[in-house]
Amino acid sequence: MLKIVKRAEITPMQSMMQRCVAVIAALAAAAVFMLIMGYNPLTVFWNLIEGSLLSEYRFQQTINKTIPLVVISLGIAIAFKMKFWNIGAEGQFFMGAFAASYFALNFTFLPKPLLILVMFLAAMIAGAFWCFIPGFLKAKWGTNETLVTLMLNYVATKWIMFLQYGPWKDPNASGFPRIPVFDDAAVLPEVFGVHIGWIIAIILVVAVYFLLNKTKLGFEITVVGENIATARYAGMNVKKVLLISVCLSGAICGLAGMMQATGIEHSLTYQLSGGIGFTAIITCWLARLKPVNIVFVSFFFAMLIQGGAYLQGSLQIPSAVSGILQGIILFFVLASEFFSQYRFVQIKKHTPSKEVA
Amino acid sequence: MGILTAIALFLQSSMQMGTTILYGTLGGILGERAGNLNLGVEGMMLMGAVMGFMAGVKTGSAFLAVLIAGLAGAFGALIYAIVTVTFRGNQTVTGLALTIFGTGFSSFVGKSLSGVALPSSVTQAFAAVKVPFLSDIPLLGPMLFHQSAYVIAALILAVLMYLYFQKTKVGLNHKAVGENPSAADASGINTTLYKYLALVSGGFLCGVGGGYLTLVFVPRWQEEITAGLGWIAVALVIFCTWHPLKAILGAYFFGMLRALVFKIQGVSIPLFGHHITIASNLLDMLPYLMTVVVLVIVTLGNNRKHRPPAGLSNPFFREER
Repeated sequence: MLKIVKRAEITPMQSMMQRCVAVIAALAAAAVFMLIMGYNPLTVFWNLIEGSLLSEYRFQQTINKTIPLVVISLGIAIAFKMKFWNIGAEGQFFMGAFAASYFALNFTFLPKPLLILVMFLAAMIAGAFWCFIPGFLKAKWGTNETLVTLMLNYVATKWIMFLQYGPWKDPNASGFPRIPVFDDAAVLPEVFGVHIGWIIAIILVVAVYFLLNKTKLGFEITVVGENIATARYAGMNVKKVLLISVCLSGAICGLAGMMQATGIEHSLTYQLSGGIGFTAIITCWLARLKPVNIVFVSFFFAMLIQGGAYLQGSLQIPSAVSGILQGIILFFVLASEFFSQYRFVQIKKHTPSKEVA
Repeated sequence: MGILTAIALFLQSSMQMGTTILYGTLGGILGERAGNLNLGVEGMMLMGAVMGFMAGVKTGSAFLAVLIAGLAGAFGALIYAIVTVTFRGNQTVTGLALTIFGTGFSSFVGKSLSGVALPSSVTQAFAAVKVPFLSDIPLLGPMLFHQSAYVIAALILAVLMYLYFQKTKVGLNHKAVGENPSAADASGINTTLYKYLALVSGGFLCGVGGGYLTLVFVPRWQEEITAGLGWIAVALVIFCTWHPLKAILGAYFFGMLRALVFKIQGVSIPLFGHHITIASNLLDMLPYLMTVVVLVIVTLGNNRKHRPPAGLSNPFFREER
């Protein structure tokens, strides 16, 4: 018979190994799923790698997808650390993109560095505001933030759709519903063939690492996340910590929206995010909310997304397969966390002793 | 058309628009009453929607279509149960994972189904049935007596679930597992079994709710056809304070809201001497904004009678007592 017992703390190395084993197990499960659907899993996996790494263009595409994933994951990590389940990254991303686009479309007379700076700030404020709403409701009345952040995603997407089909529709697009392409002044410059978002992302990784590990606020966020009662007892202003960090979380997600609009799309569409606001939840969790890990996990997931898009062309497999892979990996990792706290031990069924009988 | 007939038709379509939400809410109640908050409702609905539709197209049997829709949802819930009950994974993140998985799964499977129509044997089985005489009752007649069996079944299920929780021993045990798992365990209730059964049957209902969209309401497969209805259902579970009869009211209220949005679209409204039409995208925001408002109202009126099951979201672990 098997019995479950608590185990001592495991080392970071062991925990890393555990995650790798979980991911491999997940890929094996995904392979079974593909076999059932009638595809050869080895071909699929090889095409995923081929489509995401093995040409300069495809590699650049993968990097392009890594950047917003890293940035959004960092934003989510701040909120998750506090156990504030911000699943509204998608909406904050769109509101950031919206605010930046407003300046990109109307303030092209500004010198380029100034315009980019203004867009930068606008996106952060808009994103912060969009996350402040659920944060405020939670602090004031304890409203469930998971649902509010999620509902605001839909509102934000509908808002962009409204703009795209209504007031912001490009009059020169012969009736095609799209928002005008940005002026060159509002487009992020490139370094090594990739927009400078990658430099911003690296700066943010360092900044968030510093914030969470070396500052008073970071410590307070951790304590609030671990145990609100302790935080109160220690004299922390829980509501203030909550609101500040929630705004930071939203601001970073909003920034990702600005970078995607001005760095990649050079315009705004309601399909700008491609669901990365949700993928970032997975990457963030897989990385155990640790900024440096987020970079590697995001790259791996960007490979899945880019490779998934490639599969559609090369093997006529719907790109949705990457969503399935993501889900399966997350299931396995979530289940594997069990083994970092507990282990199974075998106990022999002992014969009932006489006193009992 | 008289005003009475117009209102009667409006109520009739409100009920149809609320049906998926009602199934989802009832499914959510089953799980949460056993102490597990499953945020994967949207994912399970999508799995049910696509598999039910596929079964309908392939077999031409209405019964099999509903059954497969439910089983697809139940399968999603089973994954969730294994991760959260047996392996004690984080319930919030596992639910999200289920939604991501279900969305990917449904688009993947549904790729070959877009543009396909259901055989008439299925559509006819779910066509609205007009009960003679009763359906002629003014106002309420069409709503209650000129509906598809799929719609009425949700209503009956809600009442049965109420009786289950109020009048049966199993239902009482079920609630005990959600309120205080250690006490339930001590009194000899198999908490793991209850949690599994509650979650899987809840998933079944969510799947059936998704199936309503592809088999009756639309009836076609479209990508992400649920468009957030699953999430509204999750919110409604809180709104209706884990009570199946109140779920009926909540779901049909949202159905009414959706029907209203549908009605106002493209209609010019006189306002201060001007005639304006509200853009449909702005109107579409209404149900989501309303969900937020509803959540705030519920938390404002928080009192002891309307609190969630005490054991909600706390994984129970026997060996840890």
